[in-house]
Amino acid sequence: MARNPGRPLSPHLTIWKWGPHMLVSILHRATGVALATGGAMLFTWWLSAIASGPDAYASFSRYVIDAEGSGGLAMFTTLLAKVAAVGLTWAFFQHMATGIRHLVLDLGAGYELKTNRTFARLTMVASTLLTLILWIWAWRN
Amino acid sequence: MGTGTNIGRVRGLGSAHHGAMHWWRQRLTAGGNIVTMVWFVVSLFRLPSLDHASVVTWLQSPFNAVMMLLLVGSVFYHFRLGLQTVIEDYQHEGSRFVAIVLLNFYTIALAAIAVFSILKIAFGAA
Repeated sequence: MARNPGRPLSPHLTIWKWGPHMLVSILHRATGVALATGGAMLFTWWLSAIASGPDAYASFSRYVIDAEGSGGLAMFTTLLAKVAAVGLTWAFFQHMATGIRHLVLDLGAGYELKTNRTFARLTMVASTLLTLILWIWAWRN
Repeated sequence: MGTGTNIGRVRGLGSAHHGAMHWWRQRLTAGGNIVTMVWFVVSLFRLPSLDHASVVTWLQSPFNAVMMLLLVGSVFYHFRLGLQTVIEDYQHEGSRFVAIVLLNFYTIALAAIAVFSILKIAFGAA
């Protein structure tokens, strides 16, 4: 039977269409898990390297922040760390934006279909823009 | 209290009176995270350099050290609550119990290392 595309789909396990609100909902969870594992471990590693003194910090720095011309492994891990750092800043901004979205939804606002979709899209625009601004600014300084 | 079905065992007991606690603390720490994390990201990117001397000088300021401690308290509590929700959604029975225990160990161990490091730097021992 031909389906009228103007009619809504009934909630069903296998018949559904991706929407921005579904995407940001799962992104909120995924970025949260990434920040809680990778982000928290990198943060604590960084803090304990500072606390362990200049030598320990120099070795952390060589593998994570700047290889400074030392071996191939350090070059590779600093490159990985840069990708992780950009990914984690994006994850941070995305999680913060969807977090604020959740706080607004908790107030009982923003459930109208159009508003909800727009706000969901805005969280992704905001996180991408903020990540770009931050890293371009960091790279220029 | 019977030993029958799950519903039979809790029927008549009334509310446990902490149903909303997890939900509320998740929101409370979310607010704390916005303040402390925006401060942290901005401060980090404003540091002249990320070498040892610069970050130590930065963390030795009492304001920065206290903000870092507040950040660890708020952020770590928040992610413990969040990961607990994720575990409860996907794990059941025995594996859920094990995952929650590991989550608590992970959070408390990481928080202990972070807090000890901040205090060591702040008190001038780094």
